[in-house]
Amino acid sequence: MSALVASRPNSAPSSPGRGTTRRSAASRLSWLRRWVSPLAIVLVWQLLSDAGVIPEDKIASPAQIGATAWQLTKDGTLGDATLVSVQRVLAGFAVGAVIGLVLAVVAGVSRIGEDTVDPPMQMLRTLPHFGLIPLFIVWMGIGEAPKIALIAMGVAFPLYLNTFSGIRSIDRRMTEAAVTMGLTRRQRLRHVVIPGALPQALVGLRQSLGVAWLSLIVAETVSADSGLGYMINHAREFLQTDVIVVGLAVYSILGLATDSLVRLIERRALAWRS
Amino acid sequence: MALLTTRPKTGPNGSESRRSVGDTVAEVRGHHRSFGSTHVLRGADLTVRRGEFVALLGRSGSGKSTLLRSLAGLDPSPKGEVSVTGRTSVAFQEPRLLPWRTVERNVELALLNTVRDASRSEKVRGALAEVSLTEKTDVWPGSLSGGQAQRVSLARALVSEPDLLLLDEPFSALDALTRIEMHALVTQLWERHQPAILLVTHDVDEAIALADRVLVLDQGRIAREWQVPLRRTSRSPEHHQIAQLRDEVLGALGVTPTNAHHQETGAA
Ligand SMILES: Nc1ncnc2c1ncn2[C@@H]1O[C@H](COP(=O)(O)OP(=O)(O)OP(=O)(O)O)[C@@H](O)[C@H]1O
Ligand SMILES: [Mg+2]
Repeated sequence: MSALVASRPNSAPSSPGRGTTRRSAASRLSWLRRWVSPLAIVLVWQLLSDAGVIPEDKIASPAQIGATAWQLTKDGTLGDATLVSVQRVLAGFAVGAVIGLVLAVVAGVSRIGEDTVDPPMQMLRTLPHFGLIPLFIVWMGIGEAPKIALIAMGVAFPLYLNTFSGIRSIDRRMTEAAVTMGLTRRQRLRHVVIPGALPQALVGLRQSLGVAWLSLIVAETVSADSGLGYMINHAREFLQTDVIVVGLAVYSILGLATDSLVRLIERRALAWRS
Repeated sequence: MALLTTRPKTGPNGSESRRSVGDTVAEVRGHHRSFGSTHVLRGADLTVRRGEFVALLGRSGSGKSTLLRSLAGLDPSPKGEVSVTGRTSVAFQEPRLLPWRTVERNVELALLNTVRDASRSEKVRGALAEVSLTEKTDVWPGSLSGGQAQRVSLARALVSEPDLLLLDEPFSALDALTRIEMHALVTQLWERHQPAILLVTHDVDEAIALADRVLVLDQGRIAREWQVPLRRTSRSPEHHQIAQLRDEVLGALGVTPTNAHHQETGAA
């Protein structure tokens, strides 16, 4: 503060408000600066496309992609496709999350549970789950079921592993203190085990959501007659690179959105850690 | 607090009148406990009377915590060996607060099964006021100092108005000044609420300053026992009865009292 005043002999002792304004203006400037290079890349891309250096059947120009995005949004194609894909992820995530969390709690709170559940889970987790696609198709055909199963597989493991280790990492002495306060098993689960495992479980949630979107893309690329993957595959046949890019952009926006959602949950639920 | 009025009011050295109440809160008879081939407790006997303040000393590894855990119900013991009547609560060497609950909600947890939702908050605030932590009601335990956290732990143990309060070296991790404050606080809370207290400690002076009765655990049994003379306020280390008791207890613990102590107290 004194350095600041000394360097500006003319300024009156600044009010806290002014200091804050100056600081946030500086941070806004650095935020703006971070947009310069991405925008420059897009601009160069556009110029090269206009000049014919980048052929349209390899990748469309940014302006073209923007126009297509607008067109697809207006005629409802994009919205419908997104809805179908999101529903798949939600269904697969719900199934996988229930399986992963239930198994983690069973393994986490009892020895017998651990000895029963953990060995097969540890063996299965080394299996690359995309490798199961042929089996899933043999078992379930090529409808919605194998897609949802693939996403559920992808979700269940990171959630299981993280939640289980979260439960195991809980200080036994806390559980003991809860016992001396007369808390029942169920109350201990609710007040000690679940909140104690939450930080690690949320790490698992973030991982599992990442895998969920990845599984969706793989499943939809392998076979789909609706959804974003279908839209992209269909566009491929007609070399519509603009539609492909729009589809990819939606995938990444959805991924980003769920990731920020988990971060928001973390900030709220883990406020005690700051 | 409301419930206190139902208990007999006694003075600071009220062990005499409390003893006349006659009933016991905890009774251990011929208690055995071993871990593998190590026999930690070998037929330990212990009686704690209602409202009595008992200090339990013993060398490290002698089984003090084992005995306390049996009384706390943390260690299943054979039928008939350990019986406790009434409510028990425990404060440990570490505060063991749940870091994801605020101070208030930590204390509240001790009332989960005993007190109606509506009246919990008032009791919790009362308990926190008693340990002078009213202003810390809404903070996370992680932001408390060691002494403050231990006071919350004490509030949590007392809020349920226990008949027996088990303390396992609750002050040993605190600095000397804070420990002295905690001694005063525990004495004050004990006088006000009159739970029976079993205090496990390594500190002979602490035991003599606080307790009505001092026990030494050795070879898996209560090997020695003393009634502490004088009122708490008169128990200065220079007093010959106190000095003598101190030497005896140290002797029972296998420590030869050094001359240094006598010189020190003589000079003081
Ligand atoms: N869960 C356990 N498993 C195996 N051995 C144990 C267990 N708990 C205690 N012991 C053993 O029992 C003996 C007594 O332990 P305890 O904790 O009761 O001693 P203590 O008197 O409280 O010691 P300290 O003063 O160091 O706290 C020790 O030898 C210890 O190693
Ligand atoms: Mg111990």
